[in-house]
Amino acid sequence: MSGGATASPPPAGDDPPADAAPRHWWRLIAIWVVLSAILDPLFYVFVGPHVPPGRMTNVAGGAQFDFNVLFVIALPVILGVWIFMGYAIVIWRASRGGPDPIGGAAARGNMPIQVGWILTTTVIVLFLAGFGTYELVQPGGSGGGEGPSPVWTPASNTVLPIQVIAQQWKFTYRYPTYGGFETTDLVIPDHTAIAFHVTSLDVTHSFWAYQLGVKADANPAIDNVAFTTPEQLGTFTVRCSELCGLWHGAMYNTGTVVTPARFEQWAISAQHHLAANTSLLPPFSYTYVPDANGADGAYYPDNVDPYSKTQTYGANPATPTASG
Amino acid sequence: MSTSWRVVAFVGAVAAIAVGVMFAVVALVREPPTVNFAQGHQSGRAVDVTLQTVGSYGSNPHPTWVSYLVESPGGAWVHTTYWQVPAHTRVNVTIVNYDSGSPLRNQQAGLVTGTLGGATLNGKQFRLIDSNAGNGVGHTFSIPTLGLNVPLYGNSSNATLCAAAPCTEKSPHEVIQFSFMSPGPGQYPWQCFVPCGLGFLYGNGGPMQTIGYMDGFMKVVA
Repeated sequence: MSGGATASPPPAGDDPPADAAPRHWWRLIAIWVVLSAILDPLFYVFVGPHVPPGRMTNVAGGAQFDFNVLFVIALPVILGVWIFMGYAIVIWRASRGGPDPIGGAAARGNMPIQVGWILTTTVIVLFLAGFGTYELVQPGGSGGGEGPSPVWTPASNTVLPIQVIAQQWKFTYRYPTYGGFETTDLVIPDHTAIAFHVTSLDVTHSFWAYQLGVKADANPAIDNVAFTTPEQLGTFTVRCSELCGLWHGAMYNTGTVVTPARFEQWAISAQHHLAANTSLLPPFSYTYVPDANGADGAYYPDNVDPYSKTQTYGANPATPTASG
Repeated sequence: MSTSWRVVAFVGAVAAIAVGVMFAVVALVREPPTVNFAQGHQSGRAVDVTLQTVGSYGSNPHPTWVSYLVESPGGAWVHTTYWQVPAHTRVNVTIVNYDSGSPLRNQQAGLVTGTLGGATLNGKQFRLIDSNAGNGVGHTFSIPTLGLNVPLYGNSSNATLCAAAPCTEKSPHEVIQFSFMSPGPGQYPWQCFVPCGLGFLYGNGGPMQTIGYMDGFMKVVA
């Protein structure tokens, strides 16, 4: 930014009138403050609640809040640039037949404005870096896959584990605290901390439950853990977000958030209904080792101890009961 | 070489490259034929679709690849995985499996789901196949977006299996039958969930990634 441009545009070779520069400056600030004061709250109140990914879970709500904070901070910066540009175009444009507006002492620079601009933007960027870093790790890792040993965990000491098994080209889900049944239906209870244990039986996929604010890579022989806590009932979409072959685009399904009571009813019913097939599945394991030889390759436990009845994370090793 | 000849040579070379690229693009985007079961369909009546699976197609360009084939309403076997049915109609499917079986990579696909009343194997009702027992599962017929999955019991690998399509019922085979309701108009990808692309890493290459072999579209029209 040229400091001279914020001052009165002098005719070539002439110094600006001494009382003109402050008037432009204060006029610009006034326009900027008024527009920012109007548009920022308008955005936050009317657009903010509709910003993706919504508020279906605590981590989705966190992501929405982060986007809104970023926009509320960015909007005055955008307005500052646009207002200055518009003001310069309207007020300081060269008049037809008039003198050349470029030149003069004020066009060479304005140290206070330059320093102020650099300081302001540096403070904003550093603040956002700190804010973003903090928001990335809370709540419970903000819905991202944290690998097999999660560092950032939910505050709740009762976590319902659900295993997400990706393969070309579908997701299936195992519920270890309900006998380890496996189904293509993803049903989760409201207001319950969920630990998605994401893995793959073949190539790299990615489990992206958009409305839940959860996204975790599905790698073969890797247990990638992501947390979320639903806060609204409804349906959500699961998609693969890692190009994984021919039917990558068709690798999606719809999940449901239900009440804990309804979930318990569904899980017990599914456990009973799928018991025959569950007895044929390999014992539950964090990851499985598919045979690379193709059609002969069933999947096998990786000899990691299967889950106990419940799974706890974090600094509250209480003795929880099964969630839901 | 004179300038005019250089220009002619240059234009000729560009034209040859353009034609080559055009043929390559056409070859890449060319679709297998679609067997139409919707044509002439009378509303309220079921549609009968018959497929076969073979362990090796037996003809170029990929004679060793495993494949599905579709029987046209006229009775001819067509090497394609595109077929068209009317919307909101009962579709009766018969699949004649000529291939051997193995354990499923994921036994979850041993479960029959999404059909009207389960499925039959050689006329006998079943809802689940233990792929670790008997001949295992040869292939599956699955439309994931509809929740439809039917495992196809395999033939004994000790038998002399059909090695070139179309196979006839003189070869060892298993007959799997089931029905489902077609959804609204659209194109629905279907596939096999047995990684049967032998010779490819994890069995998921080759025919498993190629429409016309183990993947296809069910086209549903109003």
